[in-house]
Amino acid sequence: MTDHLPVLLVVVPLVAAPIAALLNRPRLSWAVAVAATLWALYVALELLSQTMAAGVIHYELGGWAAPYGIEYVVDPVNAWVVVIVALIGALVAPYACASVEREITEDRIPLFYAAFILCLTGLLGIAVTGDVFNVFVFLEISSLSAYALIALGSDRRALTASFQYLIMGSVGATFIVIGIGLMYVMTGTLNMADLADRLPEVSGTRTIPVAFTFLTVGITLKLALFPLHLWLPNAYTYAPSAVTAFIASTATKVGVYLLLRFFFTIFGATFSFDVMQLDRILMPLALIAIVTMSLVAIYQENVKRLLAYSSVAQIGYMVLGISFASVLGLTAGILHLFNHALIKGALFMSMGCVMYRVGSVRLERMHGLGRVMPWTMAAFVVGGLSLIGVPLTVGFISKWYLVQAALEQGMWPVAGVVLLGSLLALMYVWKVVEVAYFHEADPELGISEAPLSLLVPTWVLVLSNLYFGINASDSVGIATRAAEVLLGAL
Amino acid sequence: MDDRVILRVGAKILIPFILLFALYVQFHGDYGPGGGFQAGVIFAAGFVLYALIYGLENVKKVLPPQAVYICSALGVLLYAGVGYVTMALGGNFLDYGVLAHDPEHGQHYGILLVELGVLITVFGVMVAVFYAFAGRRRVDT
Repeated sequence: MTDHLPVLLVVVPLVAAPIAALLNRPRLSWAVAVAATLWALYVALELLSQTMAAGVIHYELGGWAAPYGIEYVVDPVNAWVVVIVALIGALVAPYACASVEREITEDRIPLFYAAFILCLTGLLGIAVTGDVFNVFVFLEISSLSAYALIALGSDRRALTASFQYLIMGSVGATFIVIGIGLMYVMTGTLNMADLADRLPEVSGTRTIPVAFTFLTVGITLKLALFPLHLWLPNAYTYAPSAVTAFIASTATKVGVYLLLRFFFTIFGATFSFDVMQLDRILMPLALIAIVTMSLVAIYQENVKRLLAYSSVAQIGYMVLGISFASVLGLTAGILHLFNHALIKGALFMSMGCVMYRVGSVRLERMHGLGRVMPWTMAAFVVGGLSLIGVPLTVGFISKWYLVQAALEQGMWPVAGVVLLGSLLALMYVWKVVEVAYFHEADPELGISEAPLSLLVPTWVLVLSNLYFGINASDSVGIATRAAEVLLGAL
Repeated sequence: MDDRVILRVGAKILIPFILLFALYVQFHGDYGPGGGFQAGVIFAAGFVLYALIYGLENVKKVLPPQAVYICSALGVLLYAGVGYVTMALGGNFLDYGVLAHDPEHGQHYGILLVELGVLITVFGVMVAVFYAFAGRRRVDT
């Protein structure tokens, strides 16, 4: 049984999705979703501890040997990503019960859970596979289910948001599959490790740089790096609250993982950064994302949209860490994958609580919420502090490593931009805090605190923001190990 | 469509052959071009043709939307179920060799069952997509 864990991670949710659809009762389908996500979390933690202790785990699907058959490979890098996705999934699933009943019509709820589990399946599959075409297949599973999930939003604009994401996401997926196809033509293999062996022979040709370029554009579109982020704000704003919390904390993270996998494991850091000089394009884009998207966030009146723009800025931090191509920089980027999932998960979940009681997350409807929904808004404040990077929160740990990585290479202005980003984050978080705490609530509305089924998952994330901010040795240790694995594959 | 005799009779003659051809593509898939996906699309095309000639209401009597819904989920379960059985018999996921005493036979059974799963789901989803578009009368609010 333990031998089969890498594949069970993916195929148990894969079976849970049709079962949730067949049961066709909101509560039963929900129970299946919770069971599937808990299973995924258990397997993810088990895989992480196994790979940290005993090294890389291989699993051959169908018993076909590696370069010919599809192989699942678990190393510290993707075990870490799998834990992030499964953790957020296991917290969003219990949270979804009450939130979804309020926001989605009853006859669609079973299909919602089926799509939710499929999206989880896809994201876990992308992370765990060692075959580039399999990556594309799982990418489509997660993306198509994500389009459906976003379209279920109660606002009619959710449909156009989802359609916009569908078009942009399909362009991204097409670019990725073109890149994969070009690599296949040149090397005759789809296995990641085998590709890494064979690519250096043909990297002098024109085809491989073209494949590299297609993959870069396709993946950065999926992970919403500025200026390819245009699908993201609407999708996050109009999706159901539980979906926003899930996708914001997982989908873009898996995109960043793909970036790491393709640039470091498959092409190798030498080719990506010395030959293709990727850092010259990634770093400016990341810096622009941090500054401009934070500025745009300050001017938003809808808090979910504000947080969505903030997400684009935060993706800038992750890509910035990667663009240093050093152990410290990669550590910062990989650490921020996890930390940002905790931060944005907590923030979007607290907005889901507001949505549940108030029915809107526009600033003008949130006057005085600090007094009538104290736990919800306290969760937002702690998440906000973490987003800014106040000490004792995970946000601080990320920024600390990022600034260190910048200073290590003598890039003072870059460190300055990171700190400027924190200052801008302070401005947009304060905007919400001011409305919630320093305005009078309208007592006639009779708004009360959100139910416990929403508050408990939210606060689990909030407390882990604090826990991993105070005791960061585990998360930093794993991130450093992952960074060393990626750079060691030179 | 009541007066289009040629269409009605033509469709009646064609539909059995379309369905039969789908099954041929399905079961011959491991020797020639074809497989579950193509077979599922062809099988669905038979029902779509029936709906185009005899109307959506009539085809829904033969194939209720609920059955389509169940089909789309059932195929995935069959596919993954084969994988679970191979794991229970001591192989890796989808290692068909363990399904029979002779691994070569096992590979045959396994691929047929898995492709049948693909056929059922693809058929279900194709018809569901057709129902969704054909059943649209007005823009929902």
